[in-house]
Amino acid sequence: MKNSSSSTQQPESTQQPDAAQTGEPTPAASTTPHSDLDDVAASVPPASGDEPAVADGEAASARPSRSKNRAAKTAPRPPVKRTFATKVVGVFGELLITAGVFVLLFLGWQLWWNSIVLTNEQTSDASSLADDWKLPVVTGTTPTPTPTTPDAAAAPVNYGDPAVMGSPSAGSDFAILYVPRFGADFKRTISEGVDPHTVLNKGGAGHYEDTQMPGEVGNFAVAAHRDGWGSAFIKINELQIGDPIYVETQDGWYTYRYRDTEYVTPYGVGVIDPVPQVEGATAVDRLITLTSCNPLYIASERIIAYGAFESWQPRSAGPPAEIASVVGSGN
Amino acid sequence: MYAALWRVLPGPVWLRIVFVLIMVAAVVFVLAAWVFPWIDVLITPTQEVTVDR
Repeated sequence: MKNSSSSTQQPESTQQPDAAQTGEPTPAASTTPHSDLDDVAASVPPASGDEPAVADGEAASARPSRSKNRAAKTAPRPPVKRTFATKVVGVFGELLITAGVFVLLFLGWQLWWNSIVLTNEQTSDASSLADDWKLPVVTGTTPTPTPTTPDAAAAPVNYGDPAVMGSPSAGSDFAILYVPRFGADFKRTISEGVDPHTVLNKGGAGHYEDTQMPGEVGNFAVAAHRDGWGSAFIKINELQIGDPIYVETQDGWYTYRYRDTEYVTPYGVGVIDPVPQVEGATAVDRLITLTSCNPLYIASERIIAYGAFESWQPRSAGPPAEIASVVGSGN
Repeated sequence: MYAALWRVLPGPVWLRIVFVLIMVAAVVFVLAAWVFPWIDVLITPTQEVTVDR
């Protein structure tokens, strides 16, 4: 194309040597490396082009595809020619975008969707467990426990030493945890063992198997997730001194009061000793220990919340007043 | 890839959008119900909230 355009702009006399160097203000100037060829071609039909636009178009269509691509760079963009390479790059890019969306979806699922699902499962599991335990009371001669709860709350009755259940089988749900500070309707099952896949990732709490049982002298230690998988202990850092921590078993309800918090390394196993951080000491107190990860979403440390036993009440006495409305399925 | 999918879909634009939304919802459901739980088990750290030796 350049041959014809240059010939139209230059006077006939100067066309031969410097057509390419001097007179090319048009976009075709970018093709100077090929000026030798073009000049030769221009010299052959010198008088051919006195009609610039038409000649341009004709030349462009007549030339092979290489010069057509050059024209596409400067002219208003015609439809991009999709070669095999550009298609491969395009599909690759789409795959990368898809992978990114996939990762974001997984994060959303892990932190949000799955937590909601597990929390709902936990609530219904804990409710049905409590309902199972409720049955003997209903069929027995004792009147329904609900009317007695105001009295129990008003004047705590001493029911003597708390009942202590035997060790449950691994993975079984043997208790329910209620912590009003974590939410008015907060309840989670406590299963035996702290295996992530069989216990903790189901959204509930897990009981360290070597530690004591609820109400037993020593340390009832449980762990739960804080950042996903139900996020049971997400508010463990918001506990305030004196906050009640209730544990329900088949025998009744155990009330602990939150006492203090400690941060340890992941290897700080002293926190679940019968006397925390005093290895080998003989326990005299009844404690509860909650462990979870810290900092949130990083988990390079562990956050430990301790509670001290306050009282217990057998199943016949009914649940503590504060959690009476959330025990069981509410019937 | 997705452009080809768009061309394959029948009907006017609004109908194609409906198809695309249905397919996206189906894919997300399959991911959330089966794929993500499977991945979760694979990549979950074994010890994150417990103290251990």
